[in-house]
Amino acid sequence: MRRIALAAVAASGLTVMLAGTALTDETNWGAYEVGDKRSGYTYAAAETRSIQDDDFENPAMLWVDTGQELWDTVEGEAGKACASCHDDAAVSMAEVGAIYPVYYEPRGKLINIEQRINLCRTENMKAKAWKWESRELLSMTAFVRNQARGRPVAVKIDGPAAPFYEKGKEFYYQRRGQLDMACKSCHEDNAGNMIRANLLSQGQSNGFPTYRLKWQKVGSLHRRFRGCNSQVRATPYKAGSDEYVNLELFLADRGRGLPVETPAVRN
Amino acid sequence: MAKPKPRVKVPKTAAKGEVLEIKTLITHKMESGQRKDKKTGEKIPQKIINKFVCAFNGKEVFSADWHPAISANPFMSFYAVATESGTFEFTWTDDDGSVYSKTAQLTVE
Repeated sequence: MRRIALAAVAASGLTVMLAGTALTDETNWGAYEVGDKRSGYTYAAAETRSIQDDDFENPAMLWVDTGQELWDTVEGEAGKACASCHDDAAVSMAEVGAIYPVYYEPRGKLINIEQRINLCRTENMKAKAWKWESRELLSMTAFVRNQARGRPVAVKIDGPAAPFYEKGKEFYYQRRGQLDMACKSCHEDNAGNMIRANLLSQGQSNGFPTYRLKWQKVGSLHRRFRGCNSQVRATPYKAGSDEYVNLELFLADRGRGLPVETPAVRN
Repeated sequence: MAKPKPRVKVPKTAAKGEVLEIKTLITHKMESGQRKDKKTGEKIPQKIINKFVCAFNGKEVFSADWHPAISANPFMSFYAVATESGTFEFTWTDDDGSVYSKTAQLTVE
């Protein structure tokens, strides 16, 4: 525990020292930078970026390929595949990745892509819902969001989504856990600084589901949330919980305009 | 885990004497044998791809022995000189003896 406390002090010391360097970074990041918003891509190492740049080399594309296969696979009692209703994903799913999570009237709350997929499965296909973080659900989510690759994130935060956006925002700025840190403590106050051996990014969500080299596989945004929460010694919420879906909406708006990068590669 | 899925990228055509970059990728967990099951404390047995071979027209042109430190979903790229038209055959051999393979055609003009 003492070591952790020291690390936190060291990290805050770094803020002062490194602030200058962060500001003088004048690399032109092209589409990966919109105003003062910078995709996690711009914080990744050159080697990591080159893996993402080449669709063949990007191991996450294997998940996307699996998603394509599942898209055409008939399952459930209704005898339908995703393609039975949605036909060509390149057309029908062209926007989805940029506009989710959305307000879903029948439930009176937000749903994200994973939940939309499972709703389709249970209600329209009469098939079993996929488990969170299962290869199937990750593949389908990555596949669907990949169709929107390059499109700027443009979620709706007004109308019925507004109160959920506010809840997400509150979550983002709420300190939590034994380390008493909020999301913003790292990703707003210290983006561009080192936390021990890691470079903190702005924590943008535009590349999820992401292939993380640490995970050695594709993982969902909610897995990342859980990781962050437990690293500040807070009890993580369940993947797919309302808290995380609300946060997902806030983050999407925070990165509004950044291109969807799914599937991104990060360290 | 789902059955490993190999992918290869080889140019379809090439000029004689041209140097080709060949890229390969396969989905595999590459279980190192050094992890423990968090619940039971038992060691998770090693299960990795230990051999990668690329043959051209039946003749081995490139091979590699892999060890537990190779990451999951291993990517391998190497170069070859195009001399004649033919078929590349890529094989990955698993610890449990299963072999995953993929072929690719090359036409030399």
